[in-house]
Amino acid sequence: MATNKSQSMTYSLDIEKIRRDFPILRREISDGKPLVYLDNAATSQTPVQVIADITRFYRDHNANIHRGVHTLSIEATELHESARRKIARFFNAPTSDECIFTSGTTESINLVAHAWGRQHLKKGDRVVITEIEHHSNIVPWQILRDEVGIELKYIPMLSDGTLDMDYASDLITTNTKLVAVTAMSNALGNITEISAVVDLAKKAGALVLLDGAQSAPHLKTDIQQLDIDFFACSAHKMLGPTGIGLLWAKMEHLTTMKPLMGGGDMILTVSMENSTWADIPAKFEAGTPNIAGAIGFGAACDYLTNVGMENIRNHEMQITQYAIDKLQRIERVRIFGPLDSKKRGGVISFNIEGIHPHDVGQVLDSDGIAIRTGHHCAQPIMSALNVPATARASFYLYNTEKEVDKLTEALNTVIEYFG
Amino acid sequence: MSGTLLDELYKEIILDHYRQPRNKGELVNSTCSANGANPLCGDEIQLQVTLVDNVIEQIAFTGAGCSISQAASSMMTEFVQGRPISEALVGVLSFQEMMTSGVPSEVDGFDDIDALMGVAKFPARVKCASLSWKTLEQALDGNSTATTE
Repeated sequence: MATNKSQSMTYSLDIEKIRRDFPILRREISDGKPLVYLDNAATSQTPVQVIADITRFYRDHNANIHRGVHTLSIEATELHESARRKIARFFNAPTSDECIFTSGTTESINLVAHAWGRQHLKKGDRVVITEIEHHSNIVPWQILRDEVGIELKYIPMLSDGTLDMDYASDLITTNTKLVAVTAMSNALGNITEISAVVDLAKKAGALVLLDGAQSAPHLKTDIQQLDIDFFACSAHKMLGPTGIGLLWAKMEHLTTMKPLMGGGDMILTVSMENSTWADIPAKFEAGTPNIAGAIGFGAACDYLTNVGMENIRNHEMQITQYAIDKLQRIERVRIFGPLDSKKRGGVISFNIEGIHPHDVGQVLDSDGIAIRTGHHCAQPIMSALNVPATARASFYLYNTEKEVDKLTEALNTVIEYFG
Repeated sequence: MSGTLLDELYKEIILDHYRQPRNKGELVNSTCSANGANPLCGDEIQLQVTLVDNVIEQIAFTGAGCSISQAASSMMTEFVQGRPISEALVGVLSFQEMMTSGVPSEVDGFDDIDALMGVAKFPARVKCASLSWKTLEQALDGNSTATTE
């Protein structure tokens, strides 16, 4: 366990300057308590730069894309496509054509399950996921299992929440067609050893889908270096707006996938008898897209690039280790997941012995502190830990050690209150 | 932590029921029972009832969950014990109404239960407070499971 470096800590980030970009952090909760926002794993806050780009679109450029010859439509199309290029650059995708806009990670994974899965998976083919997945990387595969008859297998987690890689190597057999795994657990924060998973999958000839919803906001993601086949994430967890996300997939897979939704913007020609599909990515983006959302997503990528993903990661490791060390000093607090901040993102799931997380969250809210309580859409993890729910504090680039102090003070109050 | 609003939610009488729940345990001769759950929060209750001539002779619960769900269960059992089914069902309706209106009920014997009216101001907690009542309704209806989701 790392030592408490709080006294001598020097940040490479100017946190106060960053905080000024987030107006919501100045708001007060019940009775004038300043907001302490520690629910970043659920959704992140939005900086003025992103809000400004979205507003500017509606004020100055609003029109439908890929249609009109008029100026606004051309501007809107260019803004939408330039956002796609920004996002491709941010994740180092080989080409922005492989970047499909979706409503978020959930839709991205469903698109793979249904547009790729139905095309390529048959009865008896194996899909391997893990016990630490978010429900959005479990349920689509269960639906496919029930429809197609695929075999769905789970890599189990060890007691610290990391994956049992020995077991994984037995599980990923030659009839495995896809390994779909989270890059970072949203419930416990532990970081997956992606290269180990990719190695096993490659050996078996299986494709790899990486759920980056939790990792993309916090760790630098280089799609080409990862050597994966599919990547999914959501803008709203990485300073962008809700309702927009990314599915990146290798072109060789996208060309074999049938569109999931039919409609406007995804066709080349439509006759009474049949239709032909537009080129990729348009083929998978039926209907008028979330144009402002895409622009906001692109602006969020710009913001994160300017701050620097390495700086964000360093800041989060420091604040997470600080929080782990402080929480461990509170008697009755049990922390789930690895205790070394190098092995986890800025997420800490914990419980206070004898006090339900719901009550913990309620008392914290009265102090202006926002945390998540519940099963975090990851019920298999809760079963494995044998708890009905946990409290979860999750950090981002704008959180400070002072806020961690407020959290631990409030937890002491919770213990006094409920005894 | 000051929190007048919080004190409205966690009144002393509620914490008292939470710390020392009444009628917590199992019955050997129950005539009907039901399990209730709020899957999203992790509240659970198992309810057992012994009916004699349409009167709730005995009632007991086991379970785990937040203070509101467990205190409300304790209070509910205290209220319905010894009452005819018809009165218990009036209790179910009156409690529902209190959770919607935030106004104390007129029901005779709701004394402690009225302390839960503050929950109405916390929409996320209403289902915690309502769980035991819904479960009671299911048990009396002859159904075995209840959920407030």
